[in-house]
Amino acid sequence: MASVSDAKSLVLDRITHRFASGTMAVSDINLDVKGGEIIALLGPSGCGKTTLLRIIAGFIGQSEGRVIIGNDVVDALPPNRRAVGIVFQNYALFPHLSISENVGYGLAARGVDKATRAKEAQRLLDMVQLGQFGERLPRQLSGGQQQRVALARALAIKPSILLLDEPFAALDKNLRLDMQIEVKRLQRMAGTTTLIVTHDQEEALSMADRVAVLSHGHLEQFGTPSEIYDEPQTLFVNTFVGTANRMKGTVLASDASGVKVALEAGGEIIARAPTPVSASDKVTVCLRPEHLTFVGDDTGFAGEIGMALPLGATVVHEIRAKDGSSIKISQARTGGTPLREAGAAVRVAPLAPGLATVFPQ
Amino acid sequence: MKSATTAPGDVTSFSLGLALPLGLAFAIFFVLPLAQLVYLSLHNDTAATVWGLGQYVKFLTDPFSLAVLGSTLLLGAEVTLTCLVLGYPIAWLYQRSGSRVQTLIIMIVLLPLLTSVVVRTFAWIVILGRQGIINSVLQSLGLIGTPLRMIYTQGGLIAALAQVQMPLMVLPLITAIGRIDPNLSDASASLGAGSWRTFVKVMLPLSMPGIIAGCTLTYAAAITAFITQSLVGGGQMLFMPMYLYQQASTLQNWPFAAAISIIFLFAVLAIVALFSTLGRRARGYGDAR
Ligand SMILES: Nc1ncnc2c1ncn2[C@@H]1O[C@H](COP(=O)(O)OP(=O)(O)O)[C@@H](O)[C@H]1O
Ligand SMILES: [Mg+2]
Repeated sequence: MASVSDAKSLVLDRITHRFASGTMAVSDINLDVKGGEIIALLGPSGCGKTTLLRIIAGFIGQSEGRVIIGNDVVDALPPNRRAVGIVFQNYALFPHLSISENVGYGLAARGVDKATRAKEAQRLLDMVQLGQFGERLPRQLSGGQQQRVALARALAIKPSILLLDEPFAALDKNLRLDMQIEVKRLQRMAGTTTLIVTHDQEEALSMADRVAVLSHGHLEQFGTPSEIYDEPQTLFVNTFVGTANRMKGTVLASDASGVKVALEAGGEIIARAPTPVSASDKVTVCLRPEHLTFVGDDTGFAGEIGMALPLGATVVHEIRAKDGSSIKISQARTGGTPLREAGAAVRVAPLAPGLATVFPQ
Repeated sequence: MKSATTAPGDVTSFSLGLALPLGLAFAIFFVLPLAQLVYLSLHNDTAATVWGLGQYVKFLTDPFSLAVLGSTLLLGAEVTLTCLVLGYPIAWLYQRSGSRVQTLIIMIVLLPLLTSVVVRTFAWIVILGRQGIINSVLQSLGLIGTPLRMIYTQGGLIAALAQVQMPLMVLPLITAIGRIDPNLSDASASLGAGSWRTFVKVMLPLSMPGIIAGCTLTYAAAITAFITQSLVGGGQMLFMPMYLYQQASTLQNWPFAAAISIIFLFAVLAIVALFSTLGRRARGYGDAR
């Protein structure tokens, strides 16, 4: 078992890739991953996640930039000499080989003898709790089991970097949670530096030490889950990760403590500005539903209740603001949380100043 | 499928009824003549009046006849192997090409099927002949003094047959290789396998269904290719179809010709059975998804 300290770091240095068709799939990506970290690459479909993964694995030669694993620039190495383990979205198990042979495949390619191979395959299969399935063919296993075999196969070569491409997308919800926990456990045990590609924000936030958010081939933000959620640096991150109400406004004043914004819906709020804005700039204000509350005083902005949605543990109210924008506000459901009548006039304000975020329009 | 028992109108008996016309045609034009062939072959004399296994004994104890059978089966093997060795890279290339190149490859591969077998065969005579294209080019370049003998040789015949049967090999191969998940070769590479290892351990076994289908078709077509065999092979080489034709048509020895047919039929069936057994064993690889 490799200790976490000798896990390899991964650096992507100004990675850009243009396909022959002209598509700019990834553009100027810089990532600095420490040895043993789990990183999630999060972004909508088509934003270049798979392309980035294939560049790291060596299946695609990037147009510009460098991939550095440990202390080595690996750009000149073909995939079979990079020691990068990859779990494909469709698992890509060899259908004609038994589970045990699948897991031992990488060791066979390294010239390990048959007996050692079988023993090692058995150890890895035991680790993913499939010890008794070694003789079966891949199609005789369920999706979740195949996934664990794919993971065992990738770990068998003691990869310096482990890549997982949307590993849980094909699994149903309960199984997905089990597998997320399982992968995290195995990753901790092996201490392998790991990149998980996903378009599921919950998965990214729950599994990763740090999350890289991609949009249209650009790196929008790279930070811990709480940084990504609580201090989004771009409008895209703010709206893609979690949900956010968007309102229009104009900056009244800006200083070190925050930005004072006049909302088009009426009222003023204090917000945080990741990118500098100055007075009289038009801005978009993002407010998370769970950061809003009903107030009795004259802070915040006014509106009327459109609809009340009791969603189990939370209650969501949809509010129409004066400028016509639709705002959602969500509250934890305690015994006394009342459902408000449609049409009732209310005032809504952030729970604390600075929970709102503004971005230049 | 499962609801067939409760479905209105039994689908199964319905489709059997629809198969009747073809079944009848099959019985009249295939089963009956075959029965007649068997009947004929079971007579010892040319006039087919004396019952006996004489014709079979004659064939199976005659070194000349056995040699003809042997060389026919060998010819099939050689043509099949040639088609496989030349066809696999074509099918491989097809799967790795853009759609324009794919269309071009398909055109080139299918072209032989679009021309008459006689025309194709004469083209080979023009190419391989004493005064043919290859000989005149080589002679005018001064590379050879006297023309090479290519036509009426086994090599020439294999080349001509291989070209004609190539689509039968390439098309199943294209289908089989196209069904292999492209991630599998990437997975193999990422696990440390070089391209040769990936080919031998992954691509080749997974294209086995196509290889077997292609070989079966090519083999059956090559050994029965009467026109090409006789025109490009010439008089010196005798293969089963021509041997059969001579017995029936020239020597009017119908019972012997019938016995030859039956023996040939069983030889071919044995080979096809062998291929399909291999095919069944390889079918597990087929669903390479
Ligand atoms: N082989 C390719 N040739 C041309 N364009 C491609 C190729 N693969 C992906 N792309 C394009 O690159 C972009 C990023 O794709 P991809 O990395 O697969 O996104 P993701 O995995 O995030 O869904 C998309 O616009 C896609 O259409
Ligand atoms: Mg993808």
